[in-house]
Amino acid sequence: MADQPTATERFIQGILPENPVYRQLLGLCATLAVSNNMKAALTMAASVTFVLLCANVVTSLIRNLLKPHLRIVVFTLTIATFVTIADRFLAAYLYQMSKTLGPYIPLIIVNCIIICRCEVCASKQSVFTAASDAIGQSLGFALALSSIAAIREILGTGMFFGLRVLPAAWPDWVIMALPPGAFLTFGLMLAAINWISSNK
Amino acid sequence: MSYLTDIFLIALGAALINNFVLYYFVGICPFVGVSRRVEMAFGMGCAVTFVMTIAAFLCWILTTFVLMPGAPLSKWVAGFFVSADVAAGIDLTILSYIVYIFVIASSVQFVEMYVRKFFPVLYSSFGVFLPLITTNCAILFACLMIMSNIVGVDNPADAWDLGRALTLAIFGGVGFIIAIVIMAGIREDLELCDIPKPFQGVAITLIVGGILAMAFMGFTGVDSGLRNAMIPM
Repeated sequence: MADQPTATERFIQGILPENPVYRQLLGLCATLAVSNNMKAALTMAASVTFVLLCANVVTSLIRNLLKPHLRIVVFTLTIATFVTIADRFLAAYLYQMSKTLGPYIPLIIVNCIIICRCEVCASKQSVFTAASDAIGQSLGFALALSSIAAIREILGTGMFFGLRVLPAAWPDWVIMALPPGAFLTFGLMLAAINWISSNK
Repeated sequence: MSYLTDIFLIALGAALINNFVLYYFVGICPFVGVSRRVEMAFGMGCAVTFVMTIAAFLCWILTTFVLMPGAPLSKWVAGFFVSADVAAGIDLTILSYIVYIFVIASSVQFVEMYVRKFFPVLYSSFGVFLPLITTNCAILFACLMIMSNIVGVDNPADAWDLGRALTLAIFGGVGFIIAIVIMAGIREDLELCDIPKPFQGVAITLIVGGILAMAFMGFTGVDSGLRNAMIPM
């Protein structure tokens, strides 16, 4: 495994060059569904960080015991365990937020980012590399999620983190806070990023 | 409200008003990934509907008899080990996510074996997409919705029975087929269009999805209108 990237490379790759949302197009369900306000988006990103870090570390620790044909099942069950922990934690300490996020916290189980990172990195590399990869990818996810959430919240309600930033005369673009706004914002952001990176 | 009215409203709600893809954003990955050809999108939609129905059936049975607080089967088993009043309070819902994902993974495996044995042509045309249904959020989402309508309700008489659960799964799947087939039809034509370079691929698909979602928002309000029309005040 001489040609595997090192821990630092994995960390940097996750943030921009291989951003999970904009570059690899993974975890789209969560990206579209919880990006209508910043608080929900950041809670979601924190939950994903916790689950991804724990799942990557555990997968990396047991990587020599994994049988190839059973690995996906093992990954999913590991992830499901940590998602249950995260979900119970949110329900206990942030009850209102856990009501707002609703079924999207349990849906982290089938979030492709985590399975993809377990498969690509954690099942092949050491614990330290897997952990730094998890943190890098989570930062990339948080960055992508909050960029979309910021646009949607500011244009949709004129507020940012629940505080008013646009003048009261701003006609709220309610459509941005509704489902179509998620598709449109994400599509336009993706096009903008393609355009910027092709101009380099 | 009569039972049939309820079933009809659940079916319409799952298929059109609160479409799984365009309202709840679940199942976006196949919606973007497998929507290039209409036949393939339709096949994928049917496979998802089929798996969703099986998974919903198993989830309903497991939730009602094993997982929910005071479920008969776990109460009976626990009765051998602890006193009856402790056994009556047993609550296994904390295990529900692990049980659901296990049920979904095994039903996908079962469907895969069945299709490979009896429909080899269909099997080869699915390729890698069949196992990927395991990680399709729409199926887990349907199970979670059924769970929230069994476990969280205040009045036990309002808890969903098997018929309501299966209606949600089948018509949620139909809604998924509708969305993905419309998308595939549009994308077949989009290939002939002159799209600006940065928009090519996923970006234009998402924007078209946004316009579709806007069109489906036209169904909002149908639900309450129907409810008022069907239940004499």
